[in-house]
Parts: sequence; structure tokens; C-alpha cells
Amino acid sequence: MNDALGPYILSLITFAPLAGAVLLTFLPRRDRDIRVVAFLVSLITFGFSLHLPVHFHRGLQGFQFEIDKQWIASPNIHYHMAIDGISMWLVVLTTFLTPLCVLISWKSVHDRVKEFFILLLILETALIGVFTSLDLFLFYFFWEATLIPMALLIGVFGHERKVYAAVKFFMYTMIASVFMLAAILWLYAQTGSFDFVVIRDQIAKGAIPNFPAAAQWLFLGFFLAFAVKVPLFPFHTWLPDAHVEAPTAGSVLLAGVLLKMGTYGMLRFNLGLFPDQSRHNAPWIMTLALIGIIYGALVAMVQPNMKKLIAYSSVSHLGFVVLGIFSFTQSGLNGAMFVMLAHGISTGGLFMLAGILHERRHTYEISEFGGLASPMPVYAVSYLFIVLASVGLPLLNGFVGEFLVLNGAFQAKPIYGILGATGVIWSACYLLWMFQRVFYGKVTNPVNNAMADMRGFEKAAVWPCAIAALVMGIAPILWLAAIDPSVHDALAPFCQTISKVVMQ
Amino acid sequence: MTILPAILLQVIPQTDDYIRILPILVLAIFGIGVMVLDPLVDEEQSQKTLGIIAFVGTVVALLSTWYMAHSPGLAFSNTIRIDSFSVFFNFLVIAIAAVVILSSFEYMAVQRIRAGEYYALILFGVVGMSLMSSAIELVLIFIGLEISSISTYILAGFRRNEASSSESSLKYFLLGSFATAFFLYGVALMFGATGSTNIDIISQKIPTASSPVLVFTAMALMFVGLGFKVAAAPFHIWTPDVYEGAPAPVVGFMSTAPKAAAFAVLLRVVFAINAPGRFWFLWVAAALSMTLGNIGALVQSNVKRLLAYSSIAHAGYLLVAFAMTSPENSVTGISAAMFYTAAYAAMNVGAFAVVSHFANAGEKYVTLEDYEGMGRSSPLLAAALTFFLLSLIGIPITGGFFAKFYVFSAALRANLVWLTLIGVVNSAIGAYYYLRIIVAMYMRESRKEVPVTPISFGLGLALSLSLLATLYLGILPNRVLQIAQHSATDLLPQPSTPNSNVAQSPTSTAVPSQ
Repeated sequence: MNDALGPYILSLITFAPLAGAVLLTFLPRRDRDIRVVAFLVSLITFGFSLHLPVHFHRGLQGFQFEIDKQWIASPNIHYHMAIDGISMWLVVLTTFLTPLCVLISWKSVHDRVKEFFILLLILETALIGVFTSLDLFLFYFFWEATLIPMALLIGVFGHERKVYAAVKFFMYTMIASVFMLAAILWLYAQTGSFDFVVIRDQIAKGAIPNFPAAAQWLFLGFFLAFAVKVPLFPFHTWLPDAHVEAPTAGSVLLAGVLLKMGTYGMLRFNLGLFPDQSRHNAPWIMTLALIGIIYGALVAMVQPNMKKLIAYSSVSHLGFVVLGIFSFTQSGLNGAMFVMLAHGISTGGLFMLAGILHERRHTYEISEFGGLASPMPVYAVSYLFIVLASVGLPLLNGFVGEFLVLNGAFQAKPIYGILGATGVIWSACYLLWMFQRVFYGKVTNPVNNAMADMRGFEKAAVWPCAIAALVMGIAPILWLAAIDPSVHDALAPFCQTISKVVMQ
Repeated sequence: MTILPAILLQVIPQTDDYIRILPILVLAIFGIGVMVLDPLVDEEQSQKTLGIIAFVGTVVALLSTWYMAHSPGLAFSNTIRIDSFSVFFNFLVIAIAAVVILSSFEYMAVQRIRAGEYYALILFGVVGMSLMSSAIELVLIFIGLEISSISTYILAGFRRNEASSSESSLKYFLLGSFATAFFLYGVALMFGATGSTNIDIISQKIPTASSPVLVFTAMALMFVGLGFKVAAAPFHIWTPDVYEGAPAPVVGFMSTAPKAAAFAVLLRVVFAINAPGRFWFLWVAAALSMTLGNIGALVQSNVKRLLAYSSIAHAGYLLVAFAMTSPENSVTGISAAMFYTAAYAAMNVGAFAVVSHFANAGEKYVTLEDYEGMGRSSPLLAAALTFFLLSLIGIPITGGFFAKFYVFSAALRANLVWLTLIGVVNSAIGAYYYLRIIVAMYMRESRKEVPVTPISFGLGLALSLSLLATLYLGILPNRVLQIAQHSATDLLPQPSTPNSNVAQSPTSTAVPSQ
């Protein structure tokens, strides 16, 4: 860790997109220039973020690339940023998806282009900040900061019912996150610190006198905010609306990264701060996750709207993540992390592909299409590749994560593993059925004969996802090598409780 | 001089006495100056000239506040005390007036209102508010309250051709006089209970007061009077009607400056007197104001009415900080309340500056429907308004966020968990109606022909000032908070009184209890 950038690299990655957004505000409204600048900024940010996996010390415990400076003296707020193997890959996922979002919006956004890319870059900064902050205050700051650009992206650049979807999205997440704010404030009032590490250690030592009485409520305060974001059944109803109305880039970031804020939060804060309560509450949370997996899949099956189908498939996939997290097993958590990344890439890809259709026909209705394989062969192949990745075909990324999660869930309680495994089957059903209806057979709607195949920009946006899906499927160890030790850290308090039980 | 008996010498004001009311003197002189000049300048010129004189007056008053801050102490036979607390509020109300005057230039021209008395009344109003912030003598506070109220009553009715404006003025006047009467009644009872109207003496006498019931009643009555002024539930009914009818810049003024001054008085009455038995009515008033304000705002379609309900809700958040009883928590509570007043002033004045610009001649365009498509037709103003609204919601990097944050963390420190929960849930509900304005501006296309007028220099300056203030409080809140904490320790009774453990509080706020 002798590189000079060490403590500053995280700030650089976090605020590079924001600097780009500021730059964009001063540029004249020439759409082409703005697109190019936005793309370059997001690409440079991705380049910076590659510094992390290159210089990350695998096998080292605790946090790396740490910076801890006082921001506000009273209350005691620190600018404390650092990452471990868990947050590092989520940062890279964000920076990876953003340039692709710029590319996929190249042609499809032609009104208020400047505002669109400014919002996109601000959103990127906020998302990266969520994953890099270790100060609870800073974390909440970025958490809330994601809300506005996302709501505006949906509400201004979305489709027919955009206002309804934007307001619903905003209100759901806002109401849920104020409970987290209350919990954070309570912790601050008791410990005098917002620092995650300090609070975690104080809780572990039992240094907070009122903690046992309040712990369950604090756990729920954090959990509710995260569960709405994930979204865990029954808090998922905002998601299909938001997805269907959002512009393509919005959907990609929403599914690819925003939902992971919730699962990341559970992993980091619920498990990190409240191990006892996590264990105590795990049965019903895992039940909800299972309901989410199966219910999400069944509802996805009957959706006539392609984007809604993908949205419900997210509910189902994120159920796997929650199931893995609350299994408290090494394999389950590794798998949860891997599903997060894999889902980000494959669902991001699916949304881009759906956006390509929408751009040509202005509809997401599956029944409008049929037999697209003959007018759009390249598109069909790309689509199939991403669908298979999402279904969990071995050697593609979806398989690894789901396998690990199910393995962990089975260790926790066999019935969870068995029920969860049905989700894999369901996902094959709804995705492949959708693929068959859209691409196979004869062209049912003559309009579709004239549809152009993928353009250059679209290929440049979708194919990196496909490549990533393939690499992740063949060599998951590249990712897991960094994830595994951090997960081991996160599980440390749980291993202790287990050994305590065994000793008794 | 030697002929005069010594006792008389003490009563005759010295230079220091005058320095300690310097801003008040400056404002009064400029106010009179505006009145005198009014008939001498012709109609066309008067808007600009008098406005600029008034603005210069506030700037000079700000400078003299700074000068005054260097000679703290008592003045005029212990009726006025200049300490960091009074300087803070003096500075705040005068700064609000300065920004409101800037944003009025354009409004007065567009509405074709003769300007003379308008600017003079704002200056006179600020005289009253400065007096309220500095006085520690309840009778003097009452005089300040009257000066400030009478000015605002008249200002509310300044759109003379509109029935709604006259209604607003009359309603405010009738209910307001009723409320001040309550306050005066409370002062009288307090005198009966403790034999003094000086806050310092009252705070010493209260622990040994012969009749606690009398003290309690006096507190309750004073709270009724001040609760009306700050538009706290259940004394809030007047707010929407008055705000709807009054001229938009005046609403920006009277929803912030007199409120700030009234909160200053309330802080003195609640914390400096340290009255017993106040906890529950502050608790109830806070919870009610937040809830009724937010629920009322949900269904409004007139932006001015909406912001009126929002101001009730914000009074509620502020009152949360008042529900502290122990001396250690008091410092956190007072400083949180002071920070909140400043942040609220910055964002609300800014929001009303935009509203008064959009309103146009005769205030025709003040409904949500008129705001549709503003994001496209006047992008700068819409962006500014959005920023102020986000601050009112309490989104990070705005002053509104830290304001709420300090208030709620102070409440949690004092273990007011339920009140905090009511507060955070309310601020989430509140997000909805502010969002409606943003949605209208950006996400809907305009259905009506709403004229777009260019932004004048004065308005631009006023907006940039409020934007900068809101942003400053949202990014670097430390400085202001430190001043507020310092003021809070000044405000609390000094260690010589029985509740002497206050002295420890300055350190205990910097390093929160472990």
C-alpha cells in the first residue's frame, strides 16, 4: 500500500463525476459535445476506480484506502472513507455501468440533453459515496443525495406515467430512510460518534448502557430503510412503476446499483452493528426473501410488459441476495455479494436491450413483437446471451452467485435452500418464455420487419456487459478473492456466537 | 455634573448605552429619512431611490451591529443586554430585512405600489424586532413586539386594491392584538408572582416564588401570545389566510423576521427564566404544529398557502428544540433552535423571492398550475426555487438539513424519542408537498400562458444571497453553530443562581456525553 494516491483515491473516484457535472453546466448547449464530455468523464472515473482492485491487498483484514478527516466539529462528523472487498466491487460496478449508460442514452435522449447528463453524473457521485463512506452521517448524506437525481431522471425523462412513478419512488424511499436517520441520531446521542467502526466496537464491548432496550428498534430502523430500497417483499411495489417509467439509463442504474445500496446496507450496517438482532430476526427476514424470490418470479411470468417483467425478476434476484446475507454462512454471503454484482451487470444489460426496442417502437409490450430474430439477428444473439447469464447458466455469472447462496441457505436450514432453488427454475421459465415470444417464430407484426439491428453505440453499451458476464462466470475467483476475507470479517461476530452456543 | 445626585447619574444614558442600541437607532433614522423623502421624490423615482436608501440603512445597521458586538453589557438601567445571543438575532432580523428589501424593488414596480411607507415600515418593523432580541425587560419586549406587529399588520394590507390583502391585514390585526394582550396579561401575572419584570431577576426569584400556580399561568399566557406570533399550533389558524392575502415579499419577511424575534423572546422566556412545568405544552405544541402544518399543506394548490402551512410545520420542528428541561441539554436545544431560525430564514426568504417574481402583476400566478413548465420557461428561477424547497424538505448540502439534524439530535440527546419520531415522520410527509411544486415545474408541460419576465438585478442579488446562505449553512455549519452554542451559554442563567450546573455545559456540548 505504498502508492501515493492511497488516501485520496476514494475521494477522487467519488467526486470526479461531480466535477464533470459542474463542468457540463458551463458548457454551451451543443448536445454532441455534452455527450462526449459526459462519456469521457465517466470513462476516466472508471479508469480511476480500476486503481482499487489493482492495489487492493487481498487477504488483509479491515478497511483500506482509508481517509479520516474531521468535517464538522460539533456534531462530531468525519469525512471518513474507506473500502473493503465488499464495497470495492460495488464501486467498480457503479463506475463500469455509468459509461455504458451514457452510451445507451446517446441517441435515445434528445431533449434537455445537458440536464440529463448532469443528473446522471451527480447520481454517480452519490452512489459511489454511499459505498465508500464509513461515517454514518456521510453515508446518510449520500444515501439521500441519490434520491433527487434519480427522481428527476424518472420524472423528467421518463415515459407516460413518469410523475406518478417519480413521486412514488421518492416518497417510499424518503419515508423509509427517515427511520434510519432516527436510528443514526440515537446512536450518535449515545456514543458521541458517527463513525461506523467506533460505534461497532462500542456496541460489541457493551459500552452503551441503553443499547439492549433499543437494539431491536434500531435494527428495524436501519432494516426498513434498506428493505424498501432492495426492495424486499412486501415493500417492492414502487419498483415496477419506477422501472417502467424510467429512461433506459435510469433503469440500468436503478436496477444495477441503487437496489444494491439496500443489500449493501444490510450487510454492512445491520449485520455489522447488530449481530444479535440480525440473528434473532433472521427467520422472518429469510421467509420474506423466499416469498420475494417465488412471488417475484411468478408475477414476472405473467407480465405483458417487458420492462415490468425484468423489474419483477429483480425482486426475485434480490431475494437471493437477502437470503444469502441472512444465512450467516461464508458461502451464503460470498454468493450474495456475487449475485449483487452479477445482477447489476446482467439486469443492466437486459434493461439496455429493452430500451433499444423501446427506442424503435415506443412500446415495451411483448405482444407487439414476435420473430424479431430474423430482422435483428445481432440483437437477438446479444439478448440471448444476457438472458442466459441472468437465468444462471453455468459458465456465466448468474450461476456462481446463485449456487453459493443456495449452498449457504441449505447450510442454514435445508428448507430455505430447497425453496430458494425453485427460484432458479422459475427464472428460466419467465425469461426464456419471454425470449421465445419476442424472437422466435414468424414476424407477427409487419412493422417489425423494418426494424434496424443494433447500432454501433448500442453494441458498445451492451457487449461489455456480455463480456463481463462471461469473465465473471469463468473466473469468479478474480472477484471472490477480495470478497472472501471481507465476508469473513463481517461474519466474525456470528462465529463467536456460534462458538458460545457450542461451548455452553 | 457633580450637582446631580448619584442616583440620577446612573439613570442618565451614557455613550455605551447608545452604542448598545446602535442598530435600532440607525434603522429608526433611516426609516424616518425614507418617510421624509417620500413626498419629495416623484412617483417614478420613488421605487428605486427609497428602496436603495432603505437597503443602505440595513447595511449600515448590519455594520453597527458588528460594532455593537464589541461592547457587550447591560444598557438603559438593565433593560437591554447585548451579548452574543442578542447580537445573533439582531444580525439575523436585519439581514432578513436587507434581502427582503432587495427582492421588493422589482415587486413594487410590477405591482405599481407607491413605495415610501413600505420601506419605512419594514425598517420600523425591524426596529421592534431588534428591540425584542436585545431586551431583557418584559415590558420593553412588549413594546418591541408591538412596534414589530403594527408594522407587519400594515404591510400585510399593502396591496390596497385587493380585498384579500385587506382581509389579511384586518385578520392579522384583530387576532394579533388579541394575542399580544395575552402576552401582556402573562407579563402582569409574572410581575405579580415575582415582583419584577426583569428576566434576570425573575429567574432568580422563581425557585422561591410563593405561588407556583401563578408562575405557571403567567408562562402559559406568555406562551399563547408568542405561540401566535410564531404560528405554532394550536394558535396557527390565521396563518394561511394572512399569508395568502399579503404581498409575497412581505410574506417572506413576516414568516421569518418577526418569527425569529419571537423565537428569541421565547428562548429567553423558556430558558433564561427556566420556568417550571413548561415541558408538556411545548411538547404538545411542537407535535401539533408539525402534524397539522404538514397535513394542511398536503392539499393546498395555492403556493403561498402551501408555504404558509409549511411555516407552521417548521415552527413545530423548531419547538422540538424547546422541549429540553435539564441545563446540559438546554445548550444543545437553544443552539439547535438558533441554527434552525437562521437556516429557515435563509431558505424561506429565498423561496418567497422567487414566488413574488413568478406572481407577476396583481399576484395573478400563484397556483401550482401556474408553475407548470417553469423549469423550461425560466430555468434559473426554477432551479433556485427547487434548491430552497429541497432545503425545506431537509435534503443534505442545504441548511435545512443541518437545521433538522441539530434539532432532532438535541431531542434524542434529551431522550425525547417519541417527539423525534413524530418529527422525522412529519419531515417525510412534508417532502410530498414540496415535491409537488418541483414536479409541477419540471415534470409537467405548461397549460396556461404565463408571462416570463427577466430577473432584475435586485432580485438576482437577493436570490444569490439566500442561496449562498443556505448552501453555506449546509456545507460548513460549524461556524454558525459555534456562535449559537456560545450564545446559548450567554443566555442561560449564570452560575450564581441555584441551577448552577449550567457552567459545565459549554464543554459538554463540544464533547458529547460518552
